[in-house]
Amino acid sequence: MGTGRLYAAVAAGGFRRYATYRVATAAGVFTNTVFGFILAYTYLALWHEKPHLGGYDQAQALTYVWVGQAMFAVMVLGSVGFEEELIERIRTGDIAVDLYRPVDLQLWWLAADMGRALFQLLGRGVVPMVCGALFFDLALPSGPLPWLACLVAVALGALVSFAIRYIVALWAFWLLDGAGAMQITWLTGVFFSGMLLPLNVFPGALGDLARILPWSALLQAPADVLLGEADPLGTYAFQLAWAVVLLAVGRLIQSAATRKVVVQGG
Amino acid sequence: MADLDERADERPVARGKEAAEEENPFGEYGVYSRVRDGLRAYRMIAAMWIRSTMAYRASFAMTTFGNFAATSFDFLAILLMFSQVDELGGFALPEIALLYGTSAVSFGLADLMIGSMDRLGRRVRDGTLDTLLVRPVPVLAQVAADKFALRRLGRVTQGLFVLGYALATLDVVWTPAKVLMIPLMVCSGGLIFAAVFVGGAAFQFVAQDASEVQNAFTYGGATLLQYPPALFAKDLLRGVTFVLPLAFVNWVPGLYILGRPYPLDLPTWLAFAPPLVGVACCALAGVAWRAGLRSYRSTGS
Repeated sequence: MGTGRLYAAVAAGGFRRYATYRVATAAGVFTNTVFGFILAYTYLALWHEKPHLGGYDQAQALTYVWVGQAMFAVMVLGSVGFEEELIERIRTGDIAVDLYRPVDLQLWWLAADMGRALFQLLGRGVVPMVCGALFFDLALPSGPLPWLACLVAVALGALVSFAIRYIVALWAFWLLDGAGAMQITWLTGVFFSGMLLPLNVFPGALGDLARILPWSALLQAPADVLLGEADPLGTYAFQLAWAVVLLAVGRLIQSAATRKVVVQGG
Repeated sequence: MADLDERADERPVARGKEAAEEENPFGEYGVYSRVRDGLRAYRMIAAMWIRSTMAYRASFAMTTFGNFAATSFDFLAILLMFSQVDELGGFALPEIALLYGTSAVSFGLADLMIGSMDRLGRRVRDGTLDTLLVRPVPVLAQVAADKFALRRLGRVTQGLFVLGYALATLDVVWTPAKVLMIPLMVCSGGLIFAAVFVGGAAFQFVAQDASEVQNAFTYGGATLLQYPPALFAKDLLRGVTFVLPLAFVNWVPGLYILGRPYPLDLPTWLAFAPPLVGVACCALAGVAWRAGLRSYRSTGS
């Protein structure tokens, strides 16, 4: 009970922290919208050349573009989130203080990151989506149910996104400088989440591989639920399975790391 | 590319006696000496950052590779598209590779030289810009060289690979003018993008938190130019031709090489205008930078 309230407060803190930067949020919305336009035009050309590519019609492809822009900040597909700060704390040795605290390190960061994700969904997700719907002919569901189903998939996707980035951050216990690791993970994420191109457009075995990797839980899964192209329950099971596995791996690495922790600079 | 920093200077620099006694045809506070000061400061700061980067060599190797891979993935997306279709907007793969390569190299050069400009907003917010103001070194040179990231060579290298592929596979009758056009495009394109970086930084004196707006024009512009102009709406084309002349980075000269008309019926000779456009953009960006710097109020912290 008491701990539940604690993590809720941490999540609220994560939300408020990002809500403070209103100009930055507006700037992010602007950028996501600009990129949405560029991508939408290229997809229009692509689907004009080959209608029903990857099983999407043109309106679905355009919808996918704008879902991608809405998920960009939520899933941390083009920047870095808490992991940069965590790596810095590991590098400087401040992590020793965190480990003394009577809270769980992983749950603490998870709560903060979920607060952040919720803010990004409201602050940076809604407006690009509305812009896209105003300027292009999108295949948006009319009833509330597909939207709700999509929201659940978004929440589970955010959980997977956190789990991946937590593992990356813990590498810093061994590497000390996490920039390279962060960048490589970021690239893999952009490619395999479907941010560059929907995964169903990927040819053959590459497409099959991309479909089963955890990153497909971040963008492809919520988009397909919204578009009615995927069964929500099956999608949730897939996302949840990856979340559980990755969170467990993160926990294992965490306990290994804290056993070997060498405090820098004391 | 070195003359990117021609606009490096915005205030007369307080200089020592011995410097004033040096031979200098333009006088103590002349353009010539200010440019030279700026370039020298830029070189020294950049060299310092390179040495500091090399303290973590493994990480440097990884981030340079990551930088290379980032743009490679970009082109991979285009290759994936072409695994499904034969042309995009009427353009074949080598033609798009030409647009992609020229956009990537010119943007990469500007990003390498002054890509750190987008940190200006943070400096204005946290007050560390004040430190730069009191140094007897041009502020633009300091901001441009701040955190100079050699790893950005990864992006340039990747662009050169794609450009090489385009030149090897393109079905074009090469005239001397068309051959000359390639280096001309890349250099002037770099100037245009550099002007966007500086203009964006000037905007951050006002907006502070809005470095992402700059990304829309730098990264967004570079992405836009990777595709044929015919894909986009006429209004968007007018905007990037007449307002923010990104079209002169590679669309206008590139379509001349490919022997295709520009969608907005521009006269052909404009294909040779990029150097002029680049210099004009830089001059305007310089004016914007001065205005921005003059409007700067410290946070006082």
